[in-house]
Amino acid sequence: MSLSPLHRSIVTAACGRLIPGSVAAGVVDYIEGLLGAFDVSPPRVWAVTPRGSAFHELSPFEEVAWRRRIGDWQARYDAELPLLGDDFAAASDDEQDARLRAQPALTSLLYEHACEGMYGAPAYGGNRDLVGWRTIGFEGDVAPRGYSDDEVALP
Amino acid sequence: MLTAAGWSVCIFERGRNHLIDLDDPHRLLDHFTNDELKFTERHFLGPDPLVEPRTFRRSADGDVDHEHVGEVNDLPATVGGGGVHADGKVPRFREDDFRLRSLLGPIDGASVDDWPVSYDELEPWYTAAEIGVGVAGDAAANPFASWRSGPYPMPPGPPMYASTITASACERVGLHPYAAPTAANSMPYGGRPACINCGFCAFYGCPVHAKGDPVAMLQRSLLTGRCELRPDSFVSRVVVRDGVAVGVEWQSFDGVVRFEGATRAVVVAGGAMETPRLLLLSGLDHPLIGRHLMCHFQTFVMGSLAQRLHAHRGRAVTHVHDDHVVVDADARAAAKSAGLPWLRGGMVEHAGPAHPIQEAKLYPWGAAHVAAMRDSAMRERMWGFCMQGEDLPQTSNRIDLSPSVRDIRGVPVARVTYSPHVHEQAASAHHSVLLDRALREAGAEWTVTATAPGDISAWPVSKHVMGTARMGSDPSTSVVDPLQRVWSVPNLVVADSSVFVTSAGYGPTLTLVALALRAAAALAGSA
Repeated sequence: MSLSPLHRSIVTAACGRLIPGSVAAGVVDYIEGLLGAFDVSPPRVWAVTPRGSAFHELSPFEEVAWRRRIGDWQARYDAELPLLGDDFAAASDDEQDARLRAQPALTSLLYEHACEGMYGAPAYGGNRDLVGWRTIGFEGDVAPRGYSDDEVALP
Repeated sequence: MLTAAGWSVCIFERGRNHLIDLDDPHRLLDHFTNDELKFTERHFLGPDPLVEPRTFRRSADGDVDHEHVGEVNDLPATVGGGGVHADGKVPRFREDDFRLRSLLGPIDGASVDDWPVSYDELEPWYTAAEIGVGVAGDAAANPFASWRSGPYPMPPGPPMYASTITASACERVGLHPYAAPTAANSMPYGGRPACINCGFCAFYGCPVHAKGDPVAMLQRSLLTGRCELRPDSFVSRVVVRDGVAVGVEWQSFDGVVRFEGATRAVVVAGGAMETPRLLLLSGLDHPLIGRHLMCHFQTFVMGSLAQRLHAHRGRAVTHVHDDHVVVDADARAAAKSAGLPWLRGGMVEHAGPAHPIQEAKLYPWGAAHVAAMRDSAMRERMWGFCMQGEDLPQTSNRIDLSPSVRDIRGVPVARVTYSPHVHEQAASAHHSVLLDRALREAGAEWTVTATAPGDISAWPVSKHVMGTARMGSDPSTSVVDPLQRVWSVPNLVVADSSVFVTSAGYGPTLTLVALALRAAAALAGSA
């Protein structure tokens, strides 16, 4: 499962309005990677390491759950992205914002996934070059170095 | 305890194994990582609510089957259980907690009772639990603590910066904060390293295994060669014949129900929601099985401080205070106003949010998003208190088997029926006033108070679930005896917080471990 070229263009434009800078951070790749999680084996659900490319095997029950969950998201994108209009990517910023506000359920789903792609571990395809974390000053995964006692206790 | 006594033990765990190699020498696995998506959004530690949901309703009145299906107080379904995701605050209960009925008296609508075990009897087991799990703490720091026979095995780890601010403010308003006793190594201990302060603690498995989650004792048991661990193995029934537990029926992913015999005993430790589910699935018919469900009533008093707090560094909670557990004159006056003889709060954790996905999803989208994330009113500046308030036992709060919802195996799921007693709400309202004052004293520019259940959700969200297989000295008013043996099946032992008589105002982990050690020693004939 994935996005058609038209739907990818809509998702790209929408993510750019929802979180400025998120397209460059790879959130559209994150969303496509999520919808296409089962295109690779093991599926792209649980990264073995935050910056690696390996994923954990799912149990048979977990696979049932994740195929259903991702199938539901794919169905929603397929059904609801057209509500933003095929010309969404070409619309003005104000027009795009108005159309997003008019579709709160879809916008909420897109925003949740954009947040995950922007601020999640880069293993999932977003947060490219850690730009999501760097933009907000978040240090992210620091294991195994961690923080010194002074870095914890002092301002 | 049992393997040390020479017993052969087989552990069935319905969840996955991300903790420890099943093969000798049982090295610790490296599946736990600093990955917010994996742990807080994608159910890595299970249970996945699409696989194993629960149902919830506030009351059995009327004809409501359920109001909600999905996650309800889910604890991890994984080898190690709740210990894996917990940030490891492991306080002891106080002497008073074991005899509330004698000390404070009854409350209408609640089943307040004394425990059949005293603090004095349990103290050696608390000590054994702290040594076995590995607890870092300062024995002299908490003026409300009950007596103890020795120091903690390790000194406390470093305090979080934000915690030092609220601890000082609490002292200025007359409270008594102290370093939280924490099951995270402050120094190498038990063959495991010291905590690295990475900050991915509450709701995460520890990437370096500095947490004293059940791995500490489990690894020792496995190394005896007398313990077999079977993950992905769901026990659907304890088989009882003529009042004797003779084994269990279990299944893995293929759905084939298999039997495993037990020559001596069956121990159930599924937590206070899954344990009564299993007892009911097994056909046990004591009318109190599943009754007296308790979940700490959580009061959150949060605010935003001017300075950046870097709450993503450290052990998630490093200071707590116990003042609200004590029934003082103010608490008695508040109780009287609410029509109650007394009220008690609970231990207060100094804490705040720390990770960005959680934060981002609560902010609005659009042009202001990046600025909001950089300024970070939540992740970098929000801090405050969470009181784990005592939840009174009520017979109407219960677990039973859902008549309509089944898990992926086709087995009825646990149905939660729960509403707080007026005590919890009155205690929350009373104690939140002082917590708000302390937070403003710490410099909070604004504050907000919310409760769970209540403002945050209809159902409780505390992971501290207790009381559904109550222990006691009278088989007509309790499910298990003082050594946690099911009255009608003496070789069936419940070894989790299901047996709690009251909820106290403290996390249940250390107490349930101490009780389990005591029950295991009795099983093995050494207590």
